[in-house]
Amino acid sequence: MQKIEAVIQPGKLEAVKEALIEIGVEGLTILEARGHGRQKGHTEFYRGREYSVDLLPKIKIETVVVDELVEKVIRAILTAAQTGSIGDGKIFVTRIDDAIRIRNEDRGDAAL
Amino acid sequence: MCDRFRHLLRVCCVGSFLGLLLAAAPVLHAQAAGPGPESHGVSGAPTTSDARLLALEKQNTDLKTSIASAQTAGDNGWMLVSSALVLMMSGPGLTLFYGGLVRRKNILGTMMQTFAMMGVITVLWALVGYSLAFGENTGHLGSVIGSFQNALLHGVGLVPDGVYVTTIPLQTFMVYQLMFAIITPALITGAFAERMKFSSTVVFLTLWAVFVYSPMAHMVWGKGGLLNAALGGKFPCLDFAGGTVVHVTSGVSALVTCLYMGKRIGYPKVAMPPHSVVLSFVGACLLWVGWFGFNAGSALNSGSLATSAFVTTHFAAAAAACAWTAAEWLKTGKPTALGAISGCVAGLVGITPAAGFVTPISALWIGLLTGAFCFSMVFFVKSKFGYDDSLDAFGVHGAGGTLGALLTGIFANSTINPILGAGKATGLLEGNAHQLLNQATGVAIAWVLSIVGTLILLVVVDKTMGLRVSAADEEEGLDLSQHGEEGYHSEFTGAH
Repeated sequence: MQKIEAVIQPGKLEAVKEALIEIGVEGLTILEARGHGRQKGHTEFYRGREYSVDLLPKIKIETVVVDELVEKVIRAILTAAQTGSIGDGKIFVTRIDDAIRIRNEDRGDAAL
Repeated sequence: MCDRFRHLLRVCCVGSFLGLLLAAAPVLHAQAAGPGPESHGVSGAPTTSDARLLALEKQNTDLKTSIASAQTAGDNGWMLVSSALVLMMSGPGLTLFYGGLVRRKNILGTMMQTFAMMGVITVLWALVGYSLAFGENTGHLGSVIGSFQNALLHGVGLVPDGVYVTTIPLQTFMVYQLMFAIITPALITGAFAERMKFSSTVVFLTLWAVFVYSPMAHMVWGKGGLLNAALGGKFPCLDFAGGTVVHVTSGVSALVTCLYMGKRIGYPKVAMPPHSVVLSFVGACLLWVGWFGFNAGSALNSGSLATSAFVTTHFAAAAAACAWTAAEWLKTGKPTALGAISGCVAGLVGITPAAGFVTPISALWIGLLTGAFCFSMVFFVKSKFGYDDSLDAFGVHGAGGTLGALLTGIFANSTINPILGAGKATGLLEGNAHQLLNQATGVAIAWVLSIVGTLILLVVVDKTMGLRVSAADEEEGLDLSQHGEEGYHSEFTGAH
C-alpha cells in the first residue's frame, strides 16, 4: 500500500476529485495549504507599500491506495491537474507500512 | 430654510384667502390642529362682516400652524434619518474600514476602539459634552467653549430653540451632533492602530472629546463661537459639516499621537498588509452612503440646501476616487481596490466643509484635488518622513480636511448659500479674497488646538496609566491581549 500526496492548484480540486472517484479511490483527505516550489510568488501593493507574497494558496490531496492502483491514481491526477504552466504542483509517493481502521480494527489493505 | 418659511407665510397672509383655503383644505383636515366646523363657514354663510373677519383670522392661524407642522414633519424626518446615517459611519462603516486594514490578530481590538466611542461619548454627551460644545456661554471664554447650562441635557427639549434650529426639535439637533462627536475621536484610532491599550484608548479619547472636540465645535458651530459664520463669529470660517471640527482636529491629533507613541514593532521592515481589503471595501461604501447624512444633514432641514450638499458630496467622492485611482495606476501600473476606496474617502473629507456652499462642478474640482493631494501624502510624504500613521488617519483626514477647508474659501458661492448676506461675495472666485484668510484662521486654530491639546492629554495618560501595550501583548495582538478573544480562529499567512 502506498500514500500519494499531490499538491495542486486550488482551481483543479473538483476535476482531480472526480477523476479519483472514477477510478475507484474510496477515501481521500483534502488540505488547504500554502507554499511554493519554482513558482516564486507575486507582488502586492497596499497604499503604495509593496509586499512580496511567496507563499501561494494550494490544495494538498492525500490518499492511501493498494499498490495496483498507484499508477492509475498518478495518471488520473496528471490528466486532471496538468495545465503545462509553472505552479501546477507536484505528486509524492511513499510506501506505507500498515493501515488500521479505527472502527473495527481492520488491518492492511482491508482497512483502506 | 428660514427664507422659504417666511415666504410661505407671506403668501398665506396676502391676497385671497378663499383660493388658498380651497387649495389647503385637504391639508388642513389631515393636520392635527384641524380647523373645525367654521372652515366651511367661509364659503358658507357668515352673517356679518365681523364674523367673517374672525373666521378668516382663525383660518390664518390654523394655516400657519399647519404649515409649521408640515415643515417640521419633513425636516425632522430627514434629520432623524441623517443622525442614524452618521452613526452608521462609525459602526459598521469605520469599524469595517479600519478593521480590514489591520492584521487579523487586531481586528476586534480595532473595532472595539470605535465601538467604545459609540458607548462612552454618548454618555459623556448627555452629561456635559453637548453643553460644552453648544451651551451658551456669556462669560469671557464664550467664544471658545460652551457652558454647563445644558448639562444633563437641561433645557434640550422637543421644540426648536430658535437659535440652532427653527423647525426641528432641539433634541434632534442634539442627537445629530452627538453622532459627529462619536466619529471624530474614532477617526484618530487609525493612527495608533495595533498598539494602544484599550483602557488608555478610552480614557485618552474621552478626554480628547472634552478638551479638543468640544471647544472646536463650539468655536465653529456654537452660539457666540469665534469662528461661527452663521451666528456672528469674529472670524467667520465656513465649515458646513466639519472639515475643521471633525477632520482637521482628528487628522492632526492622529499625527501627533503616532509621532508620540512611535512605530509598531517591526515597522517598516516587517510586512503589515491589510488582512482583509474586502472588509475595508464594505466599510468604505457604508461611509460613502453615511456621508449623505453627515453633509446633507448639516443643512439641518430637508430643503434645497440639503439637496445641494447631497449632490456635491456625491460628486466629490466620485471625482476623488477617479483621481486617486488614476494617480496610482500611473505610479504603480495597477489600479487597486484599496486605492479606489481610499480616494473616495479622501474626496468625502475634502467636500465636508464645502458641501453646502459650492456648485456641483466646484465639487468635482474639490474631489479631484483632495483625491490627488491625499494620494501623494500617503504615497510619498509618509514614507519620506517614516512616521507610522498606520491607517493613514492624518494622510486622509488631516491633509484632506485642511485642503478642503481652504478650497471652501475659494469655491464658496453666494448663489448656493448666501451665508454672508444675500448677494455678498462669499468665496475667492466671487471676489472675496478675505474669506480665504478666515478659512486659514480656522484651520490654524484647529491645528494648534489639536497639537497642544492632544500632546498634553497624551502625556497625562501616558504618565498615569501608560499608553502602549507591552511588546509581548503587541506581538500577540490586541484581540487576545486586550479582549481575550479572537476575530478568527486560525493564523496562516505567507505575506512578508
